[in-house]
Amino acid sequence: MKSDVKNADAGSWDKVIRARSGWFDIHPGELWRYRDLIGLFVWRDFVSIYKQTILGPLWYLIQPLLTTLVFTVIFGTVAHLPTDGLPPFLFYLSGVIAWKYFADCLITTSNTFVGNAHIFGKVYFPRLTVPVSVIISNLIAFGVQFLLFLAFFVYYWSTGSALHPQPALLLLPFLVLQMAVLGLGFGLIVSSLTTRYRDLTHLVGFGVQLWMFATPVVYPASSLPERWRWLMSWNPMAPVIEAFRYAFLGTGSINLQSWLISCASTACVLVAGIVLFSRMEKTFMDTV
Amino acid sequence: MSDTVIQVENLWKEYRLGAISHHTLSRDLQSWWARVRGKDDPNSPLASRSPSGAAATSDDRFWALRDVSFEIKKGDIFGIIGRNGAGKSTLLKVLSQVTNPTRGCVRYRGNIASLLEVGTGFHPELSGRENIFLNGAILGMSKADIRTKLDEIVAFAEVEKFLDTPVKRYSSGMYVRLAFAVAAHLEPDILIVDEVLAVGDAQFQQKCLGKMEDVSAKEGRTVLFVSHNMGAVLSLCNKGIVLSAGEISHLGAIQEVVSSYNGFLLNSELSVENCSRRGGSGGISITRIWITDARGRKTNSATSTEELTLNLEARVDQLYQQNQPVVVGFGVDSLHGQRLFTCISTRGKEITTGGERLAVRCTLPSLPLVNDKYWISASVSFHNDTLDYVEHCEYLEIAHDDASFTRGWEPGHGYVDVPYRFEVADV
Repeated sequence: MKSDVKNADAGSWDKVIRARSGWFDIHPGELWRYRDLIGLFVWRDFVSIYKQTILGPLWYLIQPLLTTLVFTVIFGTVAHLPTDGLPPFLFYLSGVIAWKYFADCLITTSNTFVGNAHIFGKVYFPRLTVPVSVIISNLIAFGVQFLLFLAFFVYYWSTGSALHPQPALLLLPFLVLQMAVLGLGFGLIVSSLTTRYRDLTHLVGFGVQLWMFATPVVYPASSLPERWRWLMSWNPMAPVIEAFRYAFLGTGSINLQSWLISCASTACVLVAGIVLFSRMEKTFMDTV
Repeated sequence: MSDTVIQVENLWKEYRLGAISHHTLSRDLQSWWARVRGKDDPNSPLASRSPSGAAATSDDRFWALRDVSFEIKKGDIFGIIGRNGAGKSTLLKVLSQVTNPTRGCVRYRGNIASLLEVGTGFHPELSGRENIFLNGAILGMSKADIRTKLDEIVAFAEVEKFLDTPVKRYSSGMYVRLAFAVAAHLEPDILIVDEVLAVGDAQFQQKCLGKMEDVSAKEGRTVLFVSHNMGAVLSLCNKGIVLSAGEISHLGAIQEVVSSYNGFLLNSELSVENCSRRGGSGGISITRIWITDARGRKTNSATSTEELTLNLEARVDQLYQQNQPVVVGFGVDSLHGQRLFTCISTRGKEITTGGERLAVRCTLPSLPLVNDKYWISASVSFHNDTLDYVEHCEYLEIAHDDASFTRGWEPGHGYVDVPYRFEVADV
């Protein structure tokens, strides 16, 4: 009798919290309802980072410029790494800003649980709002840096460098999305694991740096010996960087097959990340 | 059935005290490698491994909530009381979805907002206005909602002039007022409040309590309220539960619940360790509080004219052992948690430490209180810094000498017996 009443009543509850809710307990609708919060997180990140700094948002430009300069001097002038016949500065700048977006997304996202434990322990909101806002605020930084790249691109083009923009430029939004999704996916996986293994927080920064050298950022994929090429097909970021360069500069060895593999693994990483993350978010307060 | 807004059914929550994992990858790998080779896990406590190979035994487990079930109806102000560690905070965390239960389920109707802390997510670099938006959104408000209530929030918090100042420049009082103002203007169907009212000045606390009452009475919302302040619980709530060791020991109307809680406390072994609340920055820790009569015998009851002594013993850390001046206070509260008076050592002889133990006596020649039981609390502080504070760690029962005094007395009349004389005046 009692259970009848309950069944009849079950539909009218707005929310039910249960002990275990399976692997795929994900609510995209909830994320949408909290879109204002995402926007405010983005705003907070943007405002708070540069408050009380003299140069403010200029740091968005100084960082990649300095990195590119260092790369140009060390890898270009000192080590004489090939750049597929492109002006070294432009070659490194394109690699640096694309890689930086991915790496920033990954590293910041991977700190989601540990860095926000004090908020997560006190109030509920969809936890995914934090990584999503990270992706968006990094996108703003990427946008600014991309404009910087465009400025240099136009400068080099007008001074007669052999640059060949390709129709693949139309793929640019998709490439940016792929970088974001890859960074988000890996970041979600790492952040879920850091709730159990704190070692990972130390490893992430180092790992990402190593990964950069396994990706054609400071060298073109074409300069790799044939027997190492297979490595590129295991690295989902390699085709993205190569495609990014190919679209603007017209050099690089990108083939459709390796890019499709990279797209497929990107999707897998994202799904794995979200599943792991939403599983972790329910109990991580007990272990942090 | 339909006016039930929260239904909690057989809720269990388990925490593992031991190592669910060792929190470092290297040690997990070490344990895994040992298992692969068939050797003992170097990281598991000795002899704690069950035959199945699971590292956690029942000793490592701790049930913070055991089979908790209750229902809350629309418009109720529901009090949750219990001693430290009874599971109150765990219950609130489960209800506000911060952590998942181990077993059982919770059902809601309407939206819920929880205030386990004021000012969650406040960013020190952002201005007051920006933080109102950020904090509001974290608590579940939309930007449009916040915009329409902005003026009200600012007026409630009394921070109009500082709206565009970063909150890191706010005084702690302003900070708390702003944070509570945001929370108070949420319009959830269910509001969960943890002891956030323990902050801010008394006047603001009254304002907050008033606001909570309004929320429930005028707008028909439901409030869940956790507090150690029996006075606040009694005046606000209409129903409640007592939690003890993770279980509901009493459920019902708030007066019954509070008296059952008091009865339970008075019958249990009272000590500094299981007082109702403890705080302080440390350095000196109170180890024992007891009451003695004029002949130095330990007692818990006295008549109103008898001499009584309140005794305190504390352990002093190295840092404070060199003749440091400290202030000791004893507070006497009614069973409802209302402070009746406080004896502070600043009014008497200066107390200085000397060695690793500190013993202090406070003698009361008489204690003119009405027939009832009273709670004793104690604190030790050093230059305005509370080092240790134990609340309700001992009780005292007073029997008034004058039997006629208790005639016609009601709790609303107050507890203090001031000498007075009535006579009929000439007309």
